[in-house]
Amino acid sequence: MLRNIWVWVGIPLIMIGIAAAIVIYSVNNPTDSIVARMLTYERVFRVIREHMGLLLVSMTGATIVGVAGGIMLSRPSLYRIGRVMETIVNIGQTVPSLAVLALFYTILGLGFRVAVFALFLYSILPILRNTFAGIDGVEHNIIEAARGMGMHPLRILTRIELPIAFPIIVAGLRTAIVINVGAATLATFIGGGGLGDLIVTGLSVHRDMIIINGAVIAAVTAILLDYLIGKVEERVVRWA
Amino acid sequence: MIKLEGLTKVFPGHNIPAVKELNLEIKEGDVCVLVGPSGCGKTTTMKMINRLYEPTGGKIYIRGEDALQMDPIKLRLDIGYVIQEIGLFPHMTIEENVATVPNEKQWPKDKTREKVKEVMTLVGLDPDVFKDRYPTALSGGQRQRVGVARAMVSDPPIMLMDEPFGAVDPITRARLQNEFLRIQERMGKTIVFVTHDIDEAIKMSDTIAVMREGELIQHDTPSDLLSAPADEFVSNLVGRNRSIKRLHLIRINEILEDVSRGKPLNEDAKKDDIEKQLAESDIRSVIVVDRDNKLKGVIGVNDLKRKAGEVARDYCQDVSDTITDDATLNDALSVMLEIGEGYVAVVNEDDRYQGTITLGDLLNVVKEDS
Repeated sequence: MLRNIWVWVGIPLIMIGIAAAIVIYSVNNPTDSIVARMLTYERVFRVIREHMGLLLVSMTGATIVGVAGGIMLSRPSLYRIGRVMETIVNIGQTVPSLAVLALFYTILGLGFRVAVFALFLYSILPILRNTFAGIDGVEHNIIEAARGMGMHPLRILTRIELPIAFPIIVAGLRTAIVINVGAATLATFIGGGGLGDLIVTGLSVHRDMIIINGAVIAAVTAILLDYLIGKVEERVVRWA
Repeated sequence: MIKLEGLTKVFPGHNIPAVKELNLEIKEGDVCVLVGPSGCGKTTTMKMINRLYEPTGGKIYIRGEDALQMDPIKLRLDIGYVIQEIGLFPHMTIEENVATVPNEKQWPKDKTREKVKEVMTLVGLDPDVFKDRYPTALSGGQRQRVGVARAMVSDPPIMLMDEPFGAVDPITRARLQNEFLRIQERMGKTIVFVTHDIDEAIKMSDTIAVMREGELIQHDTPSDLLSAPADEFVSNLVGRNRSIKRLHLIRINEILEDVSRGKPLNEDAKKDDIEKQLAESDIRSVIVVDRDNKLKGVIGVNDLKRKAGEVARDYCQDVSDTITDDATLNDALSVMLEIGEGYVAVVNEDDRYQGTITLGDLLNVVKEDS
């Protein structure tokens, strides 16, 4: 019980506390008037809100499309396409996130929606790949035993394949979230807002304090989400 | 019960059929072992019976019904299936694994739970100990038992077993085989059993179907197969030492009466009695049992000299290994070789002493037969 409180409340609070302490200190002790003007509670909350918006919308879409796509591609009829997709996805992953944003800026223009769309596409990749690889990796004899005992293909998917692939799918989700939080800081370049605003502002006015605030909040967000999902996974997967 | 007529399977992209015009009839309650070198089509044949592979030609009748016209899912639910690597579901507990088919058939929860308990006990796994464990926490032999339990839980009249005892050490394997035969004696299921091990085939089967390159070479009882192999291929498969192979066919309890040896000593027997019995013994040792006829140990000639004491209990030392009376003579031979003695003590299921058999007894059996 005590351990549970520590894991689910204690550690997350410590992480949030560190970020909060840095923000509170910076806002109350600005190095000069420029910092004081650029770094206010109001602004910090706004960029956090924007950032979470980018993250939430793009990740929800990416998870749905990625998992559904991965399942579809793992079906025997589409399996060959799945293997090709796997390669394409791996190549797609090597394109820098900044380039992806720039590309969509030239096609779709500026704004929050364009940023969300770019992040969404970029986050699909690890989820799709891991879902496909996770299902593909379920041992053949397990599937055969299930078929041989008379399980319906749909039941095999939901009762056997997905649960066994679950840890790998979650690993893809975690990768996607960490990448997404980082890439979302770039959304500011195409007017998408988010924590990138702080970082870019800090860069343009040569004030490290502002940059550090943006970077720390982004880092803590990524670490915290990754940690929490990892713990949920530990809870759910008891057999490994 | 199962009838295969002109069964043929050609895999896409292959010119040579994996199974060619196979005709085979398996009677109700029989264990039919398909045996042959790898790639001979035995597994393919089996997988056509529950339609994991669709035949390209021929007919399959199960209890006179055309299996190819039935819904494959329904067909499979009534055929127990055990495969080589067992294929236990790693994310489910043993109980959930065993309950797979009842869950697919949507049995009421209570009935499933009861039946799972029953069948786990039957294969020798204590439900209270094992039901909440995951497969990774089990030994190879225990996993094989779960595999068998899972296939039997809904009491299917037919079972398909693809090298079900393949992945364990020889001793555990012999034990699982004996247990399975004991269960089969009670259940009387119709079983198609695939193996590449001719010894296992001889031991487990009512009939053996020898296959080569997709064709059925001979379908006979093990005893006929040993005495009259159809061609050179079969006789090579059976091997040169056919009389030793006969040891697989005879169970210990069948010969135990004929080799009657002196009564075992009670653990309270006096030294004089021990000496008298030792003098009469042809194995230079006497077996000691307690009041319930449970095996206590053995006294050799040297033990009497080396140790001091008054009654048998003081002299006797533990026996390294015993064998159950439903094991085959071949199992007895392996135990003797294992423990390096010329005899082995036989006990029954409840660990009560039944008698002793020696290498000499085995030789006599082989001699009589040849």
